[in-house]
Amino acid sequence: MDVQIWTYIIVGITFALYIGIAVWSRASSTNDFYVAGGGVPPVANGMATAADWMSAASFISMAGIISFMGYDGSVYLMGWTGGYVLLALLLAPYLRKFGKFTVPDFIGDRYYSNVARTVAVVCAIFVSFTYVAGQMRGVGVVFSRFLEVQVEWGVVIGMVIVFFYAVLGGMKGITYTQVAQFCVLIFAYMVPAIFIAIQLTDTPIPQLGFIGTLDDGTFLLDKLDGLHEELGFASYTSGSKPIIDVFCITAALMIGTAGLPHVIVRFFTVPRVKDARISAGYALIFITILYTTAPAIAAFARTNLIETVSNKEYTSMPEWFTKWEGTGLIAFDDKNNDGVIQYVGDANQNELTIDRDIMVLANPEIAQLPSWVIALVAAGGLAAALSTAAGLLLVISTSVSHDLIKMQIAPDITEGKELMWARIGAGVAVLVAGYFGINPPGFVAQVVAFAFGLAAASFFPAIVLGIFYKRMNKEGAIAGMVVGLLFTLAYIVYFKFINNSPEAAESWFLGISPEGIGTIGMVINFIVSIVVSSLTPPPPFEVQEMVEEIRYPRGASKEVIHH
Amino acid sequence: MEKEQRKRYWKKNVSYLTILLIVWFLASYGLGILFAEPVNTIKFGGAKLGFWFAQQGSIYVFVVLIFVYVILMNRLDREFEVDEV
Repeated sequence: MDVQIWTYIIVGITFALYIGIAVWSRASSTNDFYVAGGGVPPVANGMATAADWMSAASFISMAGIISFMGYDGSVYLMGWTGGYVLLALLLAPYLRKFGKFTVPDFIGDRYYSNVARTVAVVCAIFVSFTYVAGQMRGVGVVFSRFLEVQVEWGVVIGMVIVFFYAVLGGMKGITYTQVAQFCVLIFAYMVPAIFIAIQLTDTPIPQLGFIGTLDDGTFLLDKLDGLHEELGFASYTSGSKPIIDVFCITAALMIGTAGLPHVIVRFFTVPRVKDARISAGYALIFITILYTTAPAIAAFARTNLIETVSNKEYTSMPEWFTKWEGTGLIAFDDKNNDGVIQYVGDANQNELTIDRDIMVLANPEIAQLPSWVIALVAAGGLAAALSTAAGLLLVISTSVSHDLIKMQIAPDITEGKELMWARIGAGVAVLVAGYFGINPPGFVAQVVAFAFGLAAASFFPAIVLGIFYKRMNKEGAIAGMVVGLLFTLAYIVYFKFINNSPEAAESWFLGISPEGIGTIGMVINFIVSIVVSSLTPPPPFEVQEMVEEIRYPRGASKEVIHH
Repeated sequence: MEKEQRKRYWKKNVSYLTILLIVWFLASYGLGILFAEPVNTIKFGGAKLGFWFAQQGSIYVFVVLIFVYVILMNRLDREFEVDEV
């Protein structure tokens, strides 16, 4: 059977599965809709969190980015996993004990202020929308490349599926579909990786192959460094970015992860405080499977690619080469007209440009794996994109129905009405996300990377200080969030959109790129918060009592029933 | 629970956090970034050790840290009788 038929079959089966789960797990109360009734088992929550977290970018692009960046790509590996340590140790257990529905709930109650609540709502919606547009686009791209449907129709199909289980099931539907999506995506990621590890390094475990030897007895990474040196690329295993920038980007990504609302809210869905702690652990194990495989794929694919194309006759290229040329992801420009591909570090002599996404999407073809494996990659990419999109849409819908309507505009609203608003919110959010998926604003791709910096500079300090520093008051928190956010935003906008010439990099503050500036924004937030709060009156007694309460686990399951 | 007890529980929690976060910092920012260069002279299988920590080792350490924390805290919760039934 050819790839196309396999893809239709596998994608069809997975979609039927998601819809079946959605029907089975419909939400009947706001508690179901917002936090899946607060009764998700920790292992299931771990899988759901992992699927929620690993987006189209993790699945499709990350291995490719690392493949081209080598050591410098480590910022994503450490940055997108290390945040879970912060979540498990500093945030998740206490927010679970606090026991409400959203991040703005915590900010609003802890800082006894609707201004703070509104700042948090605006941040949550902004971060989630920029993110979700990218996911819908990812769905469209996978459809168009594997099934040769137009991107637009791909987005529409994705919207219909997400609409179905997000609007119907809320958090409950999303959680259990995410569990299924995690299984699909991790299987789809690992199968080609294992095949290629066996081919190249004679071990089925990619993580061992990564530090193992090739058929000729040289270590894979030594071979790769050698090839890079020969062709004039920067060394694969050492970096070219300044240390301080690598440090700051990693920190911004880590801390941003711990401050992202769609991740935090997952820890409201488990029954007890100890379940919140351990489900962060399970989530990280599930994420680690993919994140430690990605650098192995990166090194395998890079080696395979160089050996296949470098100094070979253009006419002798395998079938996948021409196929992907058709999509514009590979481009060959025979500058010296010798019919041979020169793939080298020097931009003036290099004749081949390769899109990074190809490293995962075309990897099975490059390694000549069977067609069902190629089809599996399509289903995995879709699972990754849809699961993340659903989690984000839920944050948006909850922000509208709960944080704005229930908590501020119409507190007397009945539960049935609130649930209706939550569904309307989810529906509208799907449409808006779909629109941006079809007509992506040019800035989306760039903005997604900055969502982390903004989350790091705004939410993270406010939440951590709210838990660990009783004296922290609303004046300090609001001042900190606003200053941290504005500083980070201004720096990013200035160096990314206003003064983005290559020379501008020389005037970066301490050599820190816009991607890493969220770390400085966070430090500023902490300082401003503490200074302002020490100059203004302490928070009311009840708030200090509340902070005292969330520090001790006993009674967490009781508190959910009160809602 | 008495105030003194509560204070002791919280202090213990914060000291666990501090130690675990120091390890967290050393495994990622330390071995993987700040000292990657000197650590790279050591080889781990086919990888330079600093590079390996940046792309593999730090992530394994993160997983272990969370589970150590879970075990420590579950024990502490029982000891101070703030655990959940």
